[in-house]
Amino acid sequence: MPLTFQYMPYEEFSGLDSDKKIQKLLKVVRQNRVILMEGTLNTKEESDLIQETMSIIDSKFKGIEISSFNPLEKGSSKSTEDRIRRLFSAFIYGRKRGLTIIGPANIVKEMRKDPRSIQLFLSNRRG
Amino acid sequence: MIKKFKDFFFGFFAGLKKKKHIKLGIYGPPNGGKTTLANRICQDWLGEAMGTASSMPHETREIQQKEKVIVESNGKKLSFNLIDTPGIATKIDYEDFIKKGMKKKEAQDRAKEATKGVIEAVKWLDNMDAVLVVLDATKNPYDQVNITIIGNLAARNIPVLILGNKTDLKKANIKKIEAAFPQYKVLGISAEFGDNIEDFYKELFKLVK
Repeated sequence: MPLTFQYMPYEEFSGLDSDKKIQKLLKVVRQNRVILMEGTLNTKEESDLIQETMSIIDSKFKGIEISSFNPLEKGSSKSTEDRIRRLFSAFIYGRKRGLTIIGPANIVKEMRKDPRSIQLFLSNRRG
Repeated sequence: MIKKFKDFFFGFFAGLKKKKHIKLGIYGPPNGGKTTLANRICQDWLGEAMGTASSMPHETREIQQKEKVIVESNGKKLSFNLIDTPGIATKIDYEDFIKKGMKKKEAQDRAKEATKGVIEAVKWLDNMDAVLVVLDATKNPYDQVNITIIGNLAARNIPVLILGNKTDLKKANIKKIEAAFPQYKVLGISAEFGDNIEDFYKELFKLVK
């Protein structure tokens, strides 16, 4: 069975409130697709996504694997120049920058992230 | 006028009372050693354990609390309400429990309880005065759950101390955790064997000062 990656551009979510955004993401994931979402969720949306995911777990849907690259995240550098650049970037782009990958846990066994890459380990028993 | 004075008087003392018992949450992904740390703290200062720690994921599936845990360090005392939370996860598969030796029904029930535990743990974030985030130092710190927990605490302005637990194991890598969260204090400990626990108590006082 082929694995489907579904690209979801930022514009697809920009007009949605957090609840609808989360419902939309979970709907696609439950179709056994891996989402490549342009941009990132905010911290509240991330925790809401976890809660919503937990509430729908059953014997078929085991949850999600999620990982994101957020260039606005504090971290990689502590230099003042970088901080200013980050603030400017956040002001201009908001959460549009970066990438979020979300997959169903019955297909994506593990996502292993480091600062520059994400590895997807797939389950042997997909579907 | 009298009412205003009363409000001020009782409000002042209520504030003091609130500060007297600091709500200290213990958060992290499953199997990082949260309950082992809670037990270590309770054993050190109360002489009794808090909960059951095990290698089985999601052993803690409900919020556990211990009130008035008085901790001393450098001649100072602080009183904590210690709150051990279920491990936060994005997936729970009952078949993982079957692999650990449980029967299907028992495993399904445990998975259901675990999902409720995660929801509760996230809800309780709002109640904390300070949080210890306990990570397994042998695992990859860039896991999204860690980033979500710490990001949510930062958004709520809740002071955070990151503990890289299991430093007794060869694979433990505190530097990697420090690299992942450079804006936070990261301390390596072994909650099970008590390594670096004195430094942990010192950092705890700095966290809530």
